Amino acid sequence: MNKKVLAWPILVWLTLFLTVPLCFVVAVSFIQRSAYGQLIYRFTIQNYLRLIEPLYIQIFIDTLLMAILTTIITFILGYPLAYTITKMNKHLQNIWLVLVMIPFWINSLIRSYAWVIILRSQGLINTLLLSWGIIDQPLALLYNSSSVLLGMVYTQLPFMVLPIYVSLEQLDRRLLEASSDLGATPWKTFWHITLPLTLPGIAAGSILVFISALGMFVVPDIVGGAKSALIGNLIQNQFLSARNWPFGSALSIVLSVFSLILILLYYRVLKVQQTKEVKP
Amino acid sequence: MKTWRQSLLLSYSLIILAFLYLPIAVLVLYSFNNTRINAVWTGWTIQWYLSLFSNRHVLDAVSNSLIIAFSSTIISTLLGTMAALALHSCRFRWYTAINSLIYMPILIPEIVMGLSLLVLFAQLNIELGKITLVIAHITFCMSFVVIIISARLEGLSKDLEEAAQDLYANSWQTFRYVTLPLIMPGIIAGALISFTLSIDDFVISFFVAGPNSSTLPLYVYALVKRGISPEINALSTIMIIVTIVMVVISQRLQVNGSNKNNVYK
Repeated sequence: MNKKVLAWPILVWLTLFLTVPLCFVVAVSFIQRSAYGQLIYRFTIQNYLRLIEPLYIQIFIDTLLMAILTTIITFILGYPLAYTITKMNKHLQNIWLVLVMIPFWINSLIRSYAWVIILRSQGLINTLLLSWGIIDQPLALLYNSSSVLLGMVYTQLPFMVLPIYVSLEQLDRRLLEASSDLGATPWKTFWHITLPLTLPGIAAGSILVFISALGMFVVPDIVGGAKSALIGNLIQNQFLSARNWPFGSALSIVLSVFSLILILLYYRVLKVQQTKEVKP
Repeated sequence: MKTWRQSLLLSYSLIILAFLYLPIAVLVLYSFNNTRINAVWTGWTIQWYLSLFSNRHVLDAVSNSLIIAFSSTIISTLLGTMAALALHSCRFRWYTAINSLIYMPILIPEIVMGLSLLVLFAQLNIELGKITLVIAHITFCMSFVVIIISARLEGLSKDLEEAAQDLYANSWQTFRYVTLPLIMPGIIAGALISFTLSIDDFVISFFVAGPNSSTLPLYVYALVKRGISPEINALSTIMIIVTIVMVVISQRLQVNGSNKNNVYK
């Protein structure tokens, strides 16, 4: 029983450097600031009221749309990839998994920058198209919402593939055999057996991608222009340039609460799913 | 019919894999291009790498990154391993709460974690620098260590530990000679992942770094903001190679380790 003590350091650490800082942020979101950015310790809900100004509502809508599109596209790209990997032999599976994982570990700053080299007006694509005579003016491929979407999909794809792979891997193969023995076409088997049974993996992947896309600021910062600002950029801006910490805090509280609600929803769905499966 | 569908899926997957790797390949290729200005290929060179090694800012950033990565790896691996052992062998009354707290650094948006630490340090008047970076890095690395080692512990059968105790090993000996060697691949994998996370982190470091504690990703960011240059490609290439080596080793350790454990089952 004395082993319990071993968990104490991490719990104390996380309380000090995770829970307490978050409480600080909550507190700061309810106070005022002076014209020069100094915090004034007087209560206000002004920082939250400011969130419903049309300018910010527009940024929320843009961010949500971006996150939803990123989730859908990574799903379309990721599911077949995960499916193909599970059909391989064990050795190949491991190689492919590492191949999918490596970009996930390479830092997103570098991966976004790679797209700048490709898309900018003197970049790879424009240089090639110009030299082949297909265009005579460089195309504006960078610094718009499409380039942000591309960068998002590119950086988030591994988040989608890995959870789906795990749920496909755990799928009971006997069900698939039973289905085809009973005369179902492969497509029918996929639609009625594989897809519904891998929903938890799809949900996990979608939530990971969606939440990560919501709070993303590196990708829009590097491949998006000033026009394609998302919540992440707005928050960064409040903390580092505008020096409006209370408003930045209010924004990040909204972002965190929203993300946590999604995660809780996911766990609920997962629990319901599991209890269903346990029942005979 | 079957092969037709399979080859379609395989080609689709290969295209996606190409999508994942082509930009990285382009970045690496251009780090060897002999021109500063544009994307026209003018010949091979390693001058961008050479200029990195004589650049004091780069060397400072490398040394900062390494100091921070080593310190945070050691502490987060130690704390993470301890926590994984405790969670594995004890029943906690507040199990769900404790578990949620441990997973929190992964679930919470990175940017929020970074700025909340900034707010904490500012309110406590702690000067931003290497110390604050190390604290921040430990905080987000620990959870990954706990997850990796917990997975390893789950895979272990209790038989060996029980056998050791039947043979009169005390709990320390059981741990030292049975459990520890068995979870060692997990610990090393966790440490490598921590190291990679730390050396690659940009978002959180961005908030808690001080003026003289720029790490490699922060330096790369500053360069990118100033404009495209082949030195960025060279520096990125080096970071990519380090990441790939670490991830591949850690992956091998996790896979090999779990195969070995299956033998014992």
